[in-house]
Amino acid sequence: MKKYYLTLALIATTAFGVTTLRADDTNAAAAATNAMATATNAVAATNGPVAAWTTNAPTTEQRLESVEAYFANSDPTAPYTDTNGNWTVNFALGPSIINTNLVNSTGRYVSFPGAGHNAWLLASTALVLFMTLPGLALFYGGMVRRKNMLSVLAQCFLITGLTTILWYICSYGMIFGGSGGLHGGATTGAVNVWGMAFTQGEAGHDWISGIMGSPKVCWMFNNVTSAPNPGYSYWVSENVYAMFQLMFAIITPALIIGSIAERMKFKAILVFMTLWILLVYNTQGHMVWGVNGIMNGCWNPDAKIKGLDFAGGTVVHMSSGWSGLVLCIILGKRLGYPKTPMPPHSIVMTYIGASMLWVGWYGFNSGSAVAGDVISANAFTTTTLATAVGSFVWPMWDWVVRGKPTVLGFCSGAVAGLVLITPACGYVLPSGAMWIGIAAGTIPWFFCYKIKGLLGMDDSLDAWSVHGIGGMCGAIMTGMFARQAANPNLATNLSKTVTDQIFQPQLWEQLKTVGVALVLFIVGTIVCAFITKALVGLRVSEEVEMAGLDISEHGEVAYDFDTK
Amino acid sequence: MKKIDAIIKPFKLEEVKDALSELGIEGMTVSEVKGFGRQKGHTEIYRGSEYTVDFLPKIKIELVVADGQVDAAVGAIIKAAKTGKIGDGKVFVSPVETAIRIRTEEKGDSAV
Repeated sequence: MKKYYLTLALIATTAFGVTTLRADDTNAAAAATNAMATATNAVAATNGPVAAWTTNAPTTEQRLESVEAYFANSDPTAPYTDTNGNWTVNFALGPSIINTNLVNSTGRYVSFPGAGHNAWLLASTALVLFMTLPGLALFYGGMVRRKNMLSVLAQCFLITGLTTILWYICSYGMIFGGSGGLHGGATTGAVNVWGMAFTQGEAGHDWISGIMGSPKVCWMFNNVTSAPNPGYSYWVSENVYAMFQLMFAIITPALIIGSIAERMKFKAILVFMTLWILLVYNTQGHMVWGVNGIMNGCWNPDAKIKGLDFAGGTVVHMSSGWSGLVLCIILGKRLGYPKTPMPPHSIVMTYIGASMLWVGWYGFNSGSAVAGDVISANAFTTTTLATAVGSFVWPMWDWVVRGKPTVLGFCSGAVAGLVLITPACGYVLPSGAMWIGIAAGTIPWFFCYKIKGLLGMDDSLDAWSVHGIGGMCGAIMTGMFARQAANPNLATNLSKTVTDQIFQPQLWEQLKTVGVALVLFIVGTIVCAFITKALVGLRVSEEVEMAGLDISEHGEVAYDFDTK
Repeated sequence: MKKIDAIIKPFKLEEVKDALSELGIEGMTVSEVKGFGRQKGHTEIYRGSEYTVDFLPKIKIELVVADGQVDAAVGAIIKAAKTGKIGDGKVFVSPVETAIRIRTEEKGDSAV
């Protein structure tokens, strides 16, 4: 019976894939034609029947300015457009960096991707994947009991594949497309969604403008090519940007595992994460990072809340930490908690994982500059300082208060430092990073040591204390330490809120951001958890929990000490 | 024949083995065990949790010797394993009914 279903599933998947491919081909051709037509039409409409631009070739001066834009990480099309954004040259008449044949999602001509910027993002993408596989897998894996080690590894890998499939289908577009965004607002043309045609404009709109994107945008990765999407970067290929952001989308649900380790059904994790990614992660991502997001303070001049989140303090850490808290309360405590000792089975693994997380996090933080420029350089510096200080301060508290500096303390302090600096790294100066590091070694330490015990819930691997509380502190401290000198982009939309003081208006904006985010995470997780509970149940049975998830859910043993 | 069970501190194993070798006793069975008597355990700290672990790692040596060698063997073990601090361990002596060598099927003292 099972084989019958498997064969049917295989056939269905193949048919699905074939249909999709054919849709892609149609769309690519349509988009290319539309791109050329729209550009020509736009200029013709403005310049009248005898357009002067048709005889202008790109001048050497313009071409030089265009290349200089590569170093400044600014717009390479600026020298070729007038104040209304219409083209002033005919690219067919001479060479330039602008490639009129690049199919892309915006319908406008864009330049070739910039080699250095693209290369850094390629490397960053690999680094962020490395953070999950095997960084986080080992960091968490070492902290669970031996009988559950493989379950952590399995859950991390499951989430990697699951998130990627959802990303390809619709998740990328839900976050980075949408109303006014450059995936459909600009051009007309058809998008084919399973045989139903939508005009590009219609398909390009959010479900809830600026808050929740639409899965129809970039459906099946429509039009996401190697051409840059100027909404997010002039010089980085859009597919590279999409893969980079995918790695963030992967690690966020993986962090939730820390709260619910050792007692959640594998089936439930599959169902819950699917719902949570689509409803919670994609929404927060769109609000904070989408071009038209209501909390995208840095880039959206119409943002309702001028929030700053450079690399994901709210999107990644607050979301996973607070969602983990809610889920672990709904799941309940592990059998025997807190009286039964459940020490980490291998702090060595945790140490290896934490070290990998630090190295990989450079891609996470510095790569979020989406360029190899002065901002990525500053982000790299601030990340290093905050992390090192965090890793120093946490075990000092252990030493002073509890008698001994612990290796787990070093690891936790480093991760806490990384978490707190995440929203801040591209916006603060090195001096701010030092303060953030001290806070990182102190506040999450206090929550782990004192508050968790007082509240009594079983947040198994302290995802809430480190990521939830840490992410929240980082977001708030971003409001205190963001400085114009650290990031020239702040001057564009935030000159009134970033006034170079500790208690500047930006702090209030960050508190509002955090407040909205908290509501989304708590309510969203409750909804996803109860739907999952109704569909497949949440918690494993007592027998399974006692025997361990590895042998019960995966039929495997992590360490074979018995076979000779 | 008597069976000698000795629970000793793990780092004393080599000394005890050498001391018994000098007496001509070559065979023994060794296992890693954990236990406690009067020696207190230790406390482990992991972030928000603190566990008191009572059990301590020890080594158990088992050997069977002829009646005439028992006193010498016990004496050698005690001398080699003693540190003077709490947790040195214990020696137990119990009677053995028979001993048989599997290869040759010898019985009695010659099998020991």
